Amino acid sequence: MKEQGTFRVKKGMAQMQKGGVIMDVTTVEQAQIAENAGAVAVMALERVPADIRAAGGVARMADPVMIEKIMEAVTIPVMAKVRIGHFSEAQIMEVLGVDYIDESEVLTPADEQYHINKHLFKIPFVCGARDLGEALRRISEGAAMIRTKGEPGTGNVVEAVRHMRKVMDQIRQVIGKAEDELVVLAKEMGVSVDLLQEVKKEKRLPVVNFAAGGIASPADAALMMQLGSDGVFVGSGIFKAKNPQKVAEAIVKATMNYNDPKLLAEVSKGLGEAMPGLEMSTLTEADRMQERGA
Amino acid sequence: MKIGVLSIQGAVTEHLKHLELCGVEAVAVNNAENLSAVSGLVIPGGESTTIGKLIAVSGLKNPIKERAKNESLAVFGTCAGMVLMARDITDGIDGQPKLELMDIRVKRNAFGRQRESFETELKFNLFDQPLTGVFIRSPIVTEVGPGVKILAAIPEGIVAARQKNLLSTSFHPELTGDIRVHHYFVEMCKGI
Repeated sequence: MKEQGTFRVKKGMAQMQKGGVIMDVTTVEQAQIAENAGAVAVMALERVPADIRAAGGVARMADPVMIEKIMEAVTIPVMAKVRIGHFSEAQIMEVLGVDYIDESEVLTPADEQYHINKHLFKIPFVCGARDLGEALRRISEGAAMIRTKGEPGTGNVVEAVRHMRKVMDQIRQVIGKAEDELVVLAKEMGVSVDLLQEVKKEKRLPVVNFAAGGIASPADAALMMQLGSDGVFVGSGIFKAKNPQKVAEAIVKATMNYNDPKLLAEVSKGLGEAMPGLEMSTLTEADRMQERGA
Repeated sequence: MKIGVLSIQGAVTEHLKHLELCGVEAVAVNNAENLSAVSGLVIPGGESTTIGKLIAVSGLKNPIKERAKNESLAVFGTCAGMVLMARDITDGIDGQPKLELMDIRVKRNAFGRQRESFETELKFNLFDQPLTGVFIRSPIVTEVGPGVKILAAIPEGIVAARQKNLLSTSFHPELTGDIRVHHYFVEMCKGI
């Protein structure tokens, strides 16, 4: 008997993406550039995070017409974003048949208290996290993949680095804890002891963990991989650059060869102007997307 | 004996762990030099377009083809690995990269999108007990040449096949705790 949408099938989908780059795209042409550059998946959205930031107002899920066009145009998996807690948008995405749903802080949250019950869906979800507790809470809600939140649409990798380092540091702490200490830690983090025991046993998050939020260059991607990411999401960094195709190919190569500085030097050459970045101190409290949905 | 896992993209560590459980030395292979040290190579699941494109750049394509052909390397492809090993591909992209090792035709994403991905019990012809096949946006074999032995099939078609030193499955044995398929591949490598 066939069983669809089991956690193993959902988590397995993310395992197949490891070592790869997932790119934000807003048109069919961009999706094809991404596929040809070697992206393992595309994230279909109406505006990249940098433009969402600039536009202000309420950011919602993309128009289904646009998502369907991209699904028809490429053979690699297509992901789409829904607002935090907006399970109705997620139900729509499931009907459209997107391969992965990102319950994302890049869009305006629909629920300030609860995330979507992701166990109810056959389609896997990816969620953002800034630390181990946040990651494990999302997993207990059914997330099959985790990514750092970083600070989206800034082209500034500093927050993604902070979040990845934090998660890795906390995993090391969990590994060093005795069983009875895990009970107290579980309480502090608001997560189950079972999940912490799994982290201790596997010496890693129970699901695939990508870097996201501010990655804009091949060197950024390699940095995140060396810090322990399983792969990277690149949002505005590719199609806000002067030469998207070249940057896309360079980031793919850098992600797969993150330990090879010679190759990194080679692919970093002559990429043209990168996306203009934002310094964190110029962002007001309200501008910081990472604070959404903890 | 060393067995390698093609380490470009995809479920690399899962295969390495399964091979180690079979009691062999398992190594990640990402260039021609470390390929030369292994008797067998696993091509893991991932995105076939991505892995295929990067195989060409890494200088691994020709040595893999050559050694597979002169039977000095056993090759085991799962999912995307099966697609890359196939002689013919249905529903590939324009310029779909391929290694063309096995005399089979496969259809990419044969069951549909991720929503349609599934797991099921299936009969693997060489084993007494059924195994759990995990199918994730998996391909299926639609045609086989005369030298190809069918090892497993489900109502939709063929999902595992062997041709001499070459083995491929549509499903992901590396995502379950069952190491029988990997063990079978290790035995194939010993014959190299």
